[in-house]
Amino acid sequence: MDKMPKWADVILIPLISLILAAILSALVILGIGEDPVAAVKLMVDGALGSTYGWGYTLYYATNFMFTGLAVAVAFHARMFNIGGEGQAMLGGLGVALACLYVPWPHWSLALIAASVGAMIFGAAWAAIPAYLQAKRGSHIVITTIMFNFIAAAVLNYMLVNVMRPKGSMDPASARFPEAVHLPTLHELLAPLGISFSKAAPANISLLLAVAACVLVWALIWRTRLGYEIRAYGHSETGALYAGISPVRITMIAMLISGALAGLMATNNVMGEAERLVMNATEGAGFIGIAVALMGRSHPFGVFLAAILFGFLYQGGAELALWTSIPRELIVVIQALVILFTGALDNMVRMPLERLFLALRRKDA
Amino acid sequence: MDFLTIIQVLDSTVRLATPLLLACLAGLYSERAGIFDIGLEGKMLMAAFFSAAIAATSGSVWLGLLAGIVSSLLLSGLHGLASITFRGNQLISGVAINFLAAGMTVLIAQDWFQQGGRTPSLIGGGRFAPIELPFAEALSGVPILGPIYSELISGHPILVYLAFLAVPATWWILYRTRFGLRLRAVGENPAAVDTAGVSVVGLRYAAVAICGVLCGIAGAYLATALQAGFVKDMTAGRGFIALAALIFAKWRPWHAMWACLLFGFLQAIALRYQNIDVGGFVIPVQAMDALPYILTVVILAGFVGKAIPPRAGGEPYVKER
Repeated sequence: MDKMPKWADVILIPLISLILAAILSALVILGIGEDPVAAVKLMVDGALGSTYGWGYTLYYATNFMFTGLAVAVAFHARMFNIGGEGQAMLGGLGVALACLYVPWPHWSLALIAASVGAMIFGAAWAAIPAYLQAKRGSHIVITTIMFNFIAAAVLNYMLVNVMRPKGSMDPASARFPEAVHLPTLHELLAPLGISFSKAAPANISLLLAVAACVLVWALIWRTRLGYEIRAYGHSETGALYAGISPVRITMIAMLISGALAGLMATNNVMGEAERLVMNATEGAGFIGIAVALMGRSHPFGVFLAAILFGFLYQGGAELALWTSIPRELIVVIQALVILFTGALDNMVRMPLERLFLALRRKDA
Repeated sequence: MDFLTIIQVLDSTVRLATPLLLACLAGLYSERAGIFDIGLEGKMLMAAFFSAAIAATSGSVWLGLLAGIVSSLLLSGLHGLASITFRGNQLISGVAINFLAAGMTVLIAQDWFQQGGRTPSLIGGGRFAPIELPFAEALSGVPILGPIYSELISGHPILVYLAFLAVPATWWILYRTRFGLRLRAVGENPAAVDTAGVSVVGLRYAAVAICGVLCGIAGAYLATALQAGFVKDMTAGRGFIALAALIFAKWRPWHAMWACLLFGFLQAIALRYQNIDVGGFVIPVQAMDALPYILTVVILAGFVGKAIPPRAGGEPYVKER
């Protein structure tokens, strides 16, 4: 018998962890001499008070959905893919190559090609750590960390020595042609008679991210492969006994994970910057860890957590603009969320389990 | 490349290898006791900030060092709480610590100094001064050995000597003391240690605390000896290079020193030369940046001698069955 009902595991524990993280964040804001209530109000106004704010919130959320799903899929196979950052960087390279060197007649074709490019590059960057984990037993966490640094060096080399237009000092690729410009939410919603901020970067890749959430859900809970991934994550020996190949599952789960992280580039590189720059990912790969932990590795949870973090990101930018609170507050909140929902999970879980057991005994 | 240039590159190798070495030994204690620590980076960063901040406000670098060690110890305590007491995921805890340090340092720096996330530059007693070893001046005239002694070995801040002394000390503690034997045992087979009546939790907390102290010294060295003050994200991945060196050294102290010197050498070369021309073929500077990580992956892959971590590493110890 389970120690506590499912709803407590899925909703109550993340909620308590979130509240703990929020309380500590409020204390941090108090500690640096600012008013937490005013700060929250400013964040809500800045991130959700206008279509401009929503446009940024959803833009960030799109990034985090992709990276969150990437971490979540690996979690299901009980692997910790810390390399989302590097895989997303390489995904950006795939997008840039697809957009720059092929004359696309229409953005829709370009988006398909760019997505494929992003997925291939992201998956390829995850493939080597996955292979080393599956065949040589090298710890995937360490290899993916190393691959983040190697990815940064590769991107640096490509931008400085290969893709930089002649005469430009900036380590960045040339601007993508006008034809591959992705429609923003403003352009998508205008025909429907809804006015949406023109300046905000949210674009059609948001729909791609939502589709990815649905597809990952279907994959994990409605296909044979998803069952095998979960079975492997639950018990390696059990999976082996059932005829599931650990090498195959490790490879497939990591390839999917890398492809999802790479797909993020359709949003930040193709949808927003429209060229490849050095620090295009801005740490979104790492936020995926917090998002996946918060969302309990379920695509719907990831969707909600991504929007929450999108809100925090945009709200944090507004805070930095209007108060003396630096943007790094968001990094602290992110750390606290990872700490409470991930590392200190048992701190919340164990007292709750005892509480539910005590309640049940009283009923009996 | 003439002799003096070689000496200069090696000198800068020693200076750059020192923080790597301290952090690497820190990780060695923790991981030998079965606690994976990818939060070395965060602990160094936190210590770098607090040492610079306290040294800047008090004017005493020793107070700064103490503050750095205490702040790093606090993060170690958090890591211990999460991974020993609450049996959480050690890797996730490490990730959280890295972000906590990256955010908190800038937040506090901005609140205290209003200089965009940095501390004021350290002057005078706020920094560790280089130490002239005896006869360094007198012997500098001796060919070959003179410059090696006076330029390379003499003239470093005290923390450099401390770091290199920590290598034999670590070897001695690990392989020649009862504590060291138990520490290694708890990383391989905690149940056996427990059966022998020794506290697994106590040993692991001790290891994590030593790790915190060494990371604290590493961070203080960065901010008060290598550079003069704290700047945002000043560790710049050194914690991860130290982790790489630890794997490269297969969790052994003397090898750790050589690995850190190698990676320090790569950093020194990358600092001094942008692109290296080897007989018409140019090695880009980015390749030098990536080399420590590539070497580590190769070692991890087991193509050149397999790196096998302590067996109980990363596993929380559960007593009851």
